[in-house]
Parts: sequence; structure tokens; C-alpha cells
Amino acid sequence: MSLGFEGAGGALANDQKLSLGDKLLRLNWLVALLICLLGAVGCAMLYSAGDGDWDPWARRQLVRFAAGFVVMLIVALIGIRVWMRLAYAIYFVSLALLVAVELMGQVGMGAQRWINLGFMQLQPSEIMKVATVLALARYFHGTSLEEIGRVTRLIVPLALVLAPTVLVLQQPDLGTALMLLMVAGAIFFVAGVRLWKFAIVIAGGLAAIPVAWQFLHGYQRERILTFLDPSRDPLGAGYHITQSTIALGSGGVFGRGFGQGTQSHLNFLPERQTDFIFTMLAEEFGLIGGLTLIGLFGLLIAAGIIIGLRSYSQFGRLLAIGLATNLFLYVFINIAMVTGRIPVVGVPLPLISYGGTAMLTVMVSIGLILSVSIHRDQRISRHTLDSEF
Amino acid sequence: MDRDTDRQRSLTRRTLVLGGLQVGLFGVLGARLYELQVTEAERYARLAEDNRINVQLIAPSRGRIIDRFGQDLAVNDQDFRLLMVAEQAGDVEAVLDRLSAVLPLEDDEIERVLRDVSGRRSFVPVTVRENLSYRQVAEIEVNAPDLPGLSIDVGELRRYPHARLTTHVVGYVGAVSEEELTGDPVLALPGFRIGKSGVEREHDLTLRGQAGARQVEVNAIGRIIRELSREEGQPGEDVQLTLDLDLQRFVQERLSTEISAAATVIDTETGEILALASHPGYDGNLFTNGIDHANWQRLLNDPHTPLVNKAIAGQYAPGSTFKMVVALAGLEDGVIDPDEQIFCPGHLDFGNHRFHCWRRGGHGSLAMIESIAQSCDVYFYELARRIGMDRISHFANRFGLGINLPLDMPGQRAGLVPTRAWKEATRGESWLQGETLIAGIGQGYVLSTPLQLAVMTARLANGGREVTPHLTLRVGGPDAPLIDPPAPSLGFAEENMAVVREAMIAVTSGPTGTARRSQIDEPGFEMAGKTGTSQVRRITVAERAAGITRNQDLPWARRDHALFVGYAPITAPRYACSVIVEHGGGGSAVAAPIASDILRETQRRAPARPLIQASDLAEGVLGQDG
Repeated sequence: MSLGFEGAGGALANDQKLSLGDKLLRLNWLVALLICLLGAVGCAMLYSAGDGDWDPWARRQLVRFAAGFVVMLIVALIGIRVWMRLAYAIYFVSLALLVAVELMGQVGMGAQRWINLGFMQLQPSEIMKVATVLALARYFHGTSLEEIGRVTRLIVPLALVLAPTVLVLQQPDLGTALMLLMVAGAIFFVAGVRLWKFAIVIAGGLAAIPVAWQFLHGYQRERILTFLDPSRDPLGAGYHITQSTIALGSGGVFGRGFGQGTQSHLNFLPERQTDFIFTMLAEEFGLIGGLTLIGLFGLLIAAGIIIGLRSYSQFGRLLAIGLATNLFLYVFINIAMVTGRIPVVGVPLPLISYGGTAMLTVMVSIGLILSVSIHRDQRISRHTLDSEF
Repeated sequence: MDRDTDRQRSLTRRTLVLGGLQVGLFGVLGARLYELQVTEAERYARLAEDNRINVQLIAPSRGRIIDRFGQDLAVNDQDFRLLMVAEQAGDVEAVLDRLSAVLPLEDDEIERVLRDVSGRRSFVPVTVRENLSYRQVAEIEVNAPDLPGLSIDVGELRRYPHARLTTHVVGYVGAVSEEELTGDPVLALPGFRIGKSGVEREHDLTLRGQAGARQVEVNAIGRIIRELSREEGQPGEDVQLTLDLDLQRFVQERLSTEISAAATVIDTETGEILALASHPGYDGNLFTNGIDHANWQRLLNDPHTPLVNKAIAGQYAPGSTFKMVVALAGLEDGVIDPDEQIFCPGHLDFGNHRFHCWRRGGHGSLAMIESIAQSCDVYFYELARRIGMDRISHFANRFGLGINLPLDMPGQRAGLVPTRAWKEATRGESWLQGETLIAGIGQGYVLSTPLQLAVMTARLANGGREVTPHLTLRVGGPDAPLIDPPAPSLGFAEENMAVVREAMIAVTSGPTGTARRSQIDEPGFEMAGKTGTSQVRRITVAERAAGITRNQDLPWARRDHALFVGYAPITAPRYACSVIVEHGGGGSAVAAPIASDILRETQRRAPARPLIQASDLAEGVLGQDG
């Protein structure tokens, strides 16, 4: 099976000027196909979630998917150097947005996580994940393996991670904060940071917990405790997980049929159009449906990682691997949550769950991965970006 | 370039580790799905069904209670209830406001509805008002367009059309209390009521019937999506009583001339209870919807104890009505000949005590029949002394005194006929001979209920057969078999029974009989009987000296109870009757006239069913009738 890596490969190596036609030819059509398949599954499940109706979710999701697909293509066609140049700018704009919601949230009394753009609710914390990967990829691109060995060289990337993490924790959105840390950790690891440094950071983090605990408000502590132990709130998170496992189990191997899931359609399953949409899919299509979906995501993530490995630039490698890992975290955390393996954290299933920001974030991520794929042969010097444009 | 190659090599290596980790974690998810959807699929499928399907009970219709001629004693009325569904009403307060114009609502009623509405999910109906009249229903229906969310629901409400006459017998139903939840799910239905006393309680399970059930599919918040199946229940069976409502009415009304009284009429051949009256009565309808505090306190604190069914739960010293039992015991044990004369000087000295006869001057020499006719106490002091307490008790028990009768009705008391062992066991004292003498005239420790006295009289009248008193004629439709408990012979000598009956006839018909003025003056309806006067207090020596023995001089609660037992007609006895008037005074003056009226009315009505003799069946009498 051709993954589309061959094509016009060697001949165009190191050629920095690709025509639009060339770029479209070099587009990784396997990834595009996987995206379309997942988008179709998402629309179908939202059609079922709407009790066999295109409204209120499936139609809007389809429109968003189409828009997102166009955004993905545009992002893919933009040169990788452009993205590298813009990396820090995007990062700081995202950070500013995060601060903005933080301030608005304080004014609006409560955990407000989004900005209303009129046609959609924008969640800066979602964009922040992509922006952080961009910024870290750019930073480590300019850092040699020896330099990474120096502790002083790790101060800036740590700051790049911790600033948004702290802001997200303030919301408080523990799930997103942990995802940010994990994605960053993966990039640090792949970039070559020594394992003992991870050990020190993890140990230091654990040691800091009791201190941090003192600074938390009562309600914040309560939320964290409920996060760690949902049975503290049996009618809330605990009820959701119980109903979700019942729905999954009752699906069996072959499922109860499209639109036939009693748990989903009689509202025993909470949030079936967003966080728990995987449960509905597995109730209606059984083990076969669930494993197929995990397989599709697995292929997409694997494609992203392979694209990264085949890129000629360190920026491209770290960007593709980081975004693929981010995608992996979405899928893993969501499914582990609905199957009762980890506490309920409110992470959507990309491309399947109903929601604008997650769709946009994933489409931009895939677009960036495709951009890495298209421009895989471009070498970028560690120190100069000036020769571009 | 080399540096970059190093960097790339390190990155590739580490990326493979990262990728391997991701594959492993996806593997964990796959394993979890396998566990849920294959290993435990069956259990979860069952849980999902449990979630989805809700079984709702349909309350069965309670069986009727009717009298022996089919007249209604307990029926079900349609109960119109006004329900409100908040989500259909929209603005609940505005709807209630408009409703007030049609159906005036109290402030606390509105408050309760608002509280109920806020406490439940918006599609659950809330009861606004129960027991609506037809007129109110019509007015609400007419205004329905202005009253969104309001609907009329028809339920069942128990009603007792003759509650004041029959509540002591029929009983009443009430809401199920915590202790009464036996696990039958129908008991937990809102508004479900069960028998709390009387026949309603005795036959509760029969009357209750079997609940139906419908399976409905519900969603997570309990809203019904659709009905999956429906199984109608089994309505409760009707219970027909041996009671004759019209006779019951006559007896109850006859007793109402007294302050507090009880009377029983039973069929001497079958033991069927034809009337069981306790005065004052009360209205059982008050209880079906939960009695209010004021009414409850009034009933509870009434000194004439309307809540007590005195016919089965009132315990009185039988007084001279006990003398037939003592007489028969003497004859059966052979300690006296019916013709033996005993001299009554007005008292009997025994031990250190002097035992007085009610006639201060004494009766002179009397044989058994005259001693009963004139109710001589000295004769029975002497006879009791000869028989002994334990033998008296033995015979009394065989006549149904001092024991729990096998009665198909809750609430009876056993009364008491003492024995030596009883006194040892309960008082720790040995029996005194003098106490035997007192018991011989039905005083002292001896206690009996009016029903027991009626049963005693029936067994005397029917020649010594052990009829069982019962109140249930049949259970189920008119085709159900009649309940007919056997009446085996008690094994007493016929000539002894005849002597006692002759004595009872002398009471009402003899020139010296204590109840001769109360004899029924309709030919063929004449009764036999026995008067009794039951002392509530002991007459002190001082009082006797001062001459204060007259009841009228005493406060009500210390006056004697007046008793009479009787049967009729004399020649072929069919009806036995007992009457007690609490603190009424003398039996001959107060109780005998009442019994006379009751037995006359009973014979006029002739409620007893024709007896089917075994010989009739053999000769095919029924066949000829058909």
C-alpha cells in the first residue's frame, strides 16, 4: 500500500519552491481519507444521537466538518517555514486569549472557558495545545543535542509549557492542564531530554503537591478530590460512568444496531453527543464498531508519527509527532474515561464528538501534519530563517 | 549535518518507544472493551433492561362486603381527583389562581401543591384535590381551556353506607403503615388502603385481590415512553356476611335508648351471627381518608368508649346468667338432684364470711327450676361449693366462656373463668373456697363477653351442640359454597339439658320468674331466658347497713351492669340473644325488655335460612322443590 511518501520524492528533494499542483500531488491522501471516514462516523453517530434526525447536531457537525476540511487543506498548503516563523506569534496570541478568558471568567463569576465568536464558541485552551506544540517544536529545532543536555537550555521550554498550564489550572480545567503537560513531556522526551531529568521533575512535582494544596480554595480541593474519586459524587460523575459501562457492556460483540441503543436513546447515557459519544457507538455497533474506530484513530496517529519521522527538518518531526501524540491523548483519555478506566475529565473524542473548537483544533493539527508531509523534503537550518520568503 | 543526524537518530529511537507506548495503551482500551462487551456482556445487557423497563402496578378493585340478603355494607365509590402536571400547566401559580375562581382553594392547599410541584419532576402528576363532587368535576371540565395541565382522574374510595350501624363489625380501611408493609408491592402504591379492623381486616387478602401490572419503557428521568405489556389484576372477592342489616339496624336503634350497651343475636342451629351491636357506634367513613385530630380525640376520650366493640371485646361479670352453666355442671357431675330443695334464709355463712342473697328476706326452700326462675343466690352458693371451681370452669369453657372462640373476626377478648391453677399462676395465692361461691353466681373473677353469652345460650337452646359463632356466610360470588362449621354434640345428658331449659322458660313464663313482665306477647314467639345483674363494686358492710344498695343513688360508672340472655321460640329454638346494658341497673328491669324486643323482631324477620337435614337430602326433598 502506498502511503504517498514515494511519489515525486527524491527529485524534488531540498527544493524549496513547490507549486500548488505539486503540493496537492504530495498531499497525504491516506490521512485525508481517514479524516473523511472519521468525520462520516461522527455525523452518523450524531444523527443517531438526535434520535434519527439531522437536527440538532448532525447537520451542523457536517457543515463544521466541511469548513474544517477546507481549513485543514489551507493549513496543509502553507509552507512549513511559514509555520515555523509564526510559531511563537501563534503561541503568544493563544496565551493572550487564555488570559482574556481568565479575566472574563472572573468577571462573569465562574469557570468560563470560551470566547463567543458568534458562529462558534472558541476555547483558547484547545488552541493552546496546538500552539504549545508549535512553540516547543520551534524551540527544540534550534537546539542541538548537546545543548539540550544543558539544564539552562530547558528553562525556556519549561516556561513555555508551565505558563499555559497554570492558566488552564486556574479555570480550573485539570484535564486540559494534564494533557498539556503530557504532550510537552512527549516532545521533551522525543527531542532528547535525558530521562533522569524527567525523574527529577516528576519527583519535584510530587513533592510540590502538598505545598500547592495549601494554596487551593476549598471548592478547588473538592473538585480535585472528586476528579480523583468519582464515587465521592455518586449522582454526578459516578452515575455517568456506571451508565456508560452498562451501555458499553449491553452492546456486546455486534451491538444493538444503529439507532437502537436503549441506554443512549432513553437518556440514561449522559452527554451522548459530546464526551460519551464513543459509548453510544460501542452500544450500537458493539465491540466490532469500537475496535474499528480505535483502529481508524490508530492508523491516523501512526500516519502522523511516520510523517514526522520522514521529515527532513527537526521542526517538522517534532511538530508532527507532537500533534499525533496530542491526538492520541484525546482518543485515549476519552475512551479510557467512558470505559471507566480513568476519572471523568471532560475530554471530547476528536472528529466524532459534537463541538466546534475540538473539530477546528483537530483539523488544524492534521493540516499541520499534512504540511509537514508536503514539505517533508525541506531542510531548515538550525539558526536561520531569514533566507525564506 | 552530522549533529542533525545524531539528533534524528535519537529522535527516531525515542519516537519508536513513544509509539510503542501508545500502541500498548490502545491495547489496554481494546482489552477493556473486550472485558465489557464479551466477558461481562450478559450482565450489562440485563442491567440495561432493568434500567429501561419499569413495572407499574395496577391497584385491584377491592371486593364488596354485603349482608346475608345482599345489602351493601362496604362498597367502592368513584373518587374524582384533580391532578396537575406542571410541565403542561406552564405557570403553575397562574393556573392555580384561575382554578380558585372555579374551585375555591385554601391557602395551605395552594402551598402544598406548589411544594409538591417543586419537589417532583415536572411531568409527574400532583394531586390538587381529592373527593370532588360531580358538580365540581363538571365546572372544571367546562373551564378546561383556561386550566392547562389540570386533569380529572378517577380512583376508588371505600364507602360504608351504613357505617353507624355496622362499623364495629365491618371495620374500615386505612392507609398502609410502615409495619404493615409485608413485601406485597401493591401495598406501596400511593393511596392504597388495607383493612384495619373488623371484617375488612379479617378478610383483607380476599377483599384485596391481585394487583395487575404493566411494563413500561421509561427513560432516565422516569418519563414513560411507551407501554410494553399490560396484565389486568384480579379484583378482590366479595365477602357476604351472616349479618342481617335490617335486624342489625333494629338492635342498634333499640340499644340507643341506653347510654352504653351491646347485644348479639345468633342462629342457635348454625352459629351464624345475625346481629352484633355495640352502642355507641361511630362512623368508619371518617377513617378511610385519615381521621382528623379533633374527631379522633373525641372518639378516644369518650367515656362510653365508642371505639370498642363491646359485643366481642367488652368483658363483664355474667352475674346470674352464669347459673345455667353451674346448674348443668351440678347435674352432670351428679352432686345435686333437680328436685332437691335447698333452704335460702337470705344468706349463707361460709368460713368467716356471710354470703348474701339478692333477696334480703330469703327465698325459703327451692328446687333447681325455681332457684333459676327466681335467681336465688344461696342455692348456687351451695351448688358451687359442692361442684368445686375447677369443674365449674371445665363446663363453662365447653359453653364458650372464658376461652377465645374460633371467631372469624379480629378483636375478641377471652373473658375469664378462673381455676385454682390460674390463681396460683397469676396471683401466686391459693384459691379460697369462698371465691368458688362467688363464682357460682357469676361474680368475682368471672368475666364474659356478650358474644360468649349468646353462644352459651345457643348451646343450651340447641340441646348441647357445639355451634361455632361466625360472621362469614360465604366468600366469592353467589355460587360460592356457604360456610357451615360442624356442630358436634357436647355430650351432655338430654334430661339434664331439658331441666335447664325448663328453668329458663320459668324465668320468662313462670309466675315467679324474674323476667315474666318481659315475655313476648305474640303467640308462638315466646322466649326463654335468664336475667343477670353484674356488680361493678363490692357492696360494703357499711353500705348494706345504711341501705345504700339502690343503683339510682350511685354515679353512672358505679352502677350495676344489666344483663339478659334468652332464646326463642320456646318450642323449637332458633335464635339466641344476649344483651348487656353497661351500668344499666337490674337485668330484669333494663336488659330483659330489650332482649324481648330484639327476639320478637328477629322472629318476625325470620332471617335464618332453612336447614337442610341429611334425611331431606336422602328423600330428595330438594329435587321435588326444583
